[in-house]
Amino acid sequence: MTNAKAPSERSLIEQFLDDNVLFLGPDPQIMADHSVSTPTAVELAAVDAWQDRSDEVHLIRNRLQTACNESFDMVEQMGAAPGAKWGDLIAGIFSSQGDLALSSAGGVLIFSVLAQHPVKFALKYWKDEPTVGINDGDIFMHNDARYGNIHNTDQSLTLPVFHNGEIVCFVGSIVHEGENGACEPGGMPGGAESPYDEGLKMPPLKVGENFEFRKDLLTFLQNSVREPKLQMEGMKSKLHACLRIKKRAEEVIRDYGIEAFMATIRGTLTDTEAEVRRRLQTWPNGKVLTNVFADSTLRENVLIKIRCEVSKQNDELIIDLRGSSPEFLNRANNTVLASMKGMLAQLFLMFIWPDLPRNQAVFAPITVLTDPGSALNCSPEAPNAQSMMTFFPAFTAVQNAVPKLLFAAGFRSTDIVACWYNMITTFVYGGFNQHQEFVGNVCADLNGMGGAARATRDGEHSVAPIFASMADIGEQELIEEEVPMMKLVPHKVMVDNCGFGKQRGGHGYQQIVTHKDTDAWGYMVNSIGAKFPSTYGIFGGYAPGCYPLCKVKDVNVFDVMKDSRDLMRFTIEDIMNEQPFPDATYSAHHAGLQFELAEQGELYMITQGGGGGYGDVLERDPADIAKDWADGIVSKKTIETIYFVVMDYNTGALNKEATEAARAAERKARLARAKPYKEFAAEWTKDKPPANVPYYGSWDDPTVLYLGTPDKTCPADAIEPVMMPDPKDVEIAALKAELKALKA
Amino acid sequence: MSGKKAMSAENGKMDLSGVTIEDGKVAITEYLSIDLDKETWHCRRCDQNLGSARGPYKEALVVYEREPSEIHDPVIDPEKYAFTYAPDPDWCRIIEYYCPQCATQVEVEYLPPGHPLTLNDLVLDIDSLKARHAGGEA
Repeated sequence: MTNAKAPSERSLIEQFLDDNVLFLGPDPQIMADHSVSTPTAVELAAVDAWQDRSDEVHLIRNRLQTACNESFDMVEQMGAAPGAKWGDLIAGIFSSQGDLALSSAGGVLIFSVLAQHPVKFALKYWKDEPTVGINDGDIFMHNDARYGNIHNTDQSLTLPVFHNGEIVCFVGSIVHEGENGACEPGGMPGGAESPYDEGLKMPPLKVGENFEFRKDLLTFLQNSVREPKLQMEGMKSKLHACLRIKKRAEEVIRDYGIEAFMATIRGTLTDTEAEVRRRLQTWPNGKVLTNVFADSTLRENVLIKIRCEVSKQNDELIIDLRGSSPEFLNRANNTVLASMKGMLAQLFLMFIWPDLPRNQAVFAPITVLTDPGSALNCSPEAPNAQSMMTFFPAFTAVQNAVPKLLFAAGFRSTDIVACWYNMITTFVYGGFNQHQEFVGNVCADLNGMGGAARATRDGEHSVAPIFASMADIGEQELIEEEVPMMKLVPHKVMVDNCGFGKQRGGHGYQQIVTHKDTDAWGYMVNSIGAKFPSTYGIFGGYAPGCYPLCKVKDVNVFDVMKDSRDLMRFTIEDIMNEQPFPDATYSAHHAGLQFELAEQGELYMITQGGGGGYGDVLERDPADIAKDWADGIVSKKTIETIYFVVMDYNTGALNKEATEAARAAERKARLARAKPYKEFAAEWTKDKPPANVPYYGSWDDPTVLYLGTPDKTCPADAIEPVMMPDPKDVEIAALKAELKALKA
Repeated sequence: MSGKKAMSAENGKMDLSGVTIEDGKVAITEYLSIDLDKETWHCRRCDQNLGSARGPYKEALVVYEREPSEIHDPVIDPEKYAFTYAPDPDWCRIIEYYCPQCATQVEVEYLPPGHPLTLNDLVLDIDSLKARHAGGEA
């Protein structure tokens, strides 16, 4: 039997298949390609005509940039979702082919490389589709990460802009809206076991015509989520922000002509890519290898390896993540490859070249290699609502690697930065609020992560998340008007909560939260790093530590403290160690909490992570230690056993001679306890992962992946998806075994 | 385009103004430099020769395995709680690399017990590096 077909027969089959597409899914070509589209003849002619008028192009670009920033502000002011109000969004302008050319300076820059895919899908599949089409006044929306963006809690809205009957650009806005009807409230279900648990999933969808939403589709969307008012309000605010950018774009076309507009949009993309290539050229050619370990799927602790080799050759950068963990087919921590690329692009937009325009061309000279079916390039049937739990560690791997090439670069536009704290340690909430409305969303505290140390200064405390350079943590008083949560300790910096080093990381803060005035309220927490630090230092600097979720249950602190206010403690350390509330239950967990109903007055406590340290702790200026002591952010133990500084703790006076002696003694001690590399490596290195740790990913050979035990492997190019047992089944089995042993 | 250009448009020469040269050696990281004439790694604090720049500098360092709770103190009582703010030593160890002469902590790795050390964490194209610093294109 042969599969060979005559040309005419093959053509017939292809024609039949083309005419009978039963199902449109994400377009593999669109999703795999992050390069800038080939310029059209019209664009090339426009760029050519305006190449000697750079001053005017610059002016036009700034007008359009201002329009993006203006629309960003509009969404921030009008939006109802916490993500909108506190800056988890962008607004931007796309080329006529769907490439994002300019976007707002603040907000979630990760979107800058992710927004293009749904626009390109609409152009490819809807433009000439008689039942859809793309016409002036059409409104398109999308939220399924398999078609672009990060996860389906983010909703994008785009409008085509026409001139003389032709599409000349698209304008769009993307917002972390929150609630999306998933199996858990709030939009980021860590408990999702399939894509169908993750709630509303819109492929690129025409939701309106003539600049108005279709009432039937709006009704469908509102009925798909737990916060129908929020859904409508989010759509309206994005629409009107887009209309403002559209208006500004049309003003530019009116003032300068369509050719100037096209030259600016295309030229911005072309110039950005060319400038990135010029900058990469100044980095030394070479390779950097780093390994990062995520310690949880959010439901159970497992060790998930992210292997990262960064190669730079002339004006190209290759990020090779092959050898990383296989996907978890019934856990939400997998990422679509395009989503991860957006996250990696964020590194360059925010930490390496923040002076460049926020557009997708920044990432065009960068190639990303992954194993298909890995957690970093998951299949369509793998849930991805918590893709951050693998693409944040992938970001950290690259952030950890790049300084080793950037340090000796001829051109830098930033300081050398260690690893920023990479988690979203905050509460997701759900339930009936004090106004008897069902709500579900995320607290904006996720925007307050500890900044990393830099070559020339300490990291800043609770400054920004890794995915948004300019965002806000929200106003507590405003938040308490909307939800019944009360932060008994809202934002208290914690002692020693940073990566130590010559320059230390910024500290994160601790939060102690409870709620009142509702009998139906619950919490989720979505962070890894309770057993293995998620973030690292560079050049000899240490990582920050680990971060558990702590609870005080079986108590209503409002009742208990009614006549005994002195029971309250204002740090997690004091509450957990002193256990001041009688008869309460105190517990500590990893920080992957699926939605859990809580009683009024119970305490849930989390800690934002600190930034990674930079350089050797013994080189830290003792004066900086004295300042940290005065600020109450470093302990005596750390001063004495890590920094080896001698000081008077009452006056803050440093003893320079004693410090030098203590540090000299420590240097001697280092040499006494350390071993030559080869001797150490021979004793340390094992052939396989430890049997007592569920380990996923490569060990020494990146082509072989371990699947949870030292004896089970698969080839990296033929990955077996991992199916995890329900943690409750695991616990029941353990309890049964315990019971059986007791009965025996 | 805002900001300084990485290469001059006029002469096509690469901008190397950000590179630190100390005693004829090119600074590569906070603690490592390369002598391009001798093709050797050096400690930037004490000038200790750390071997061929075409090979891994780590082989010339001395190494220590650190119990993670020595750096990351358990904030809450480990007798009471399974998660304490300190890494789990069954899952995570700290590997410290020191200069064999001045004991500067050049690198730190966080690894699962027994995981192969990242020996080739930084491999540079020495010929290219020499060419660019000799004034040629690399």
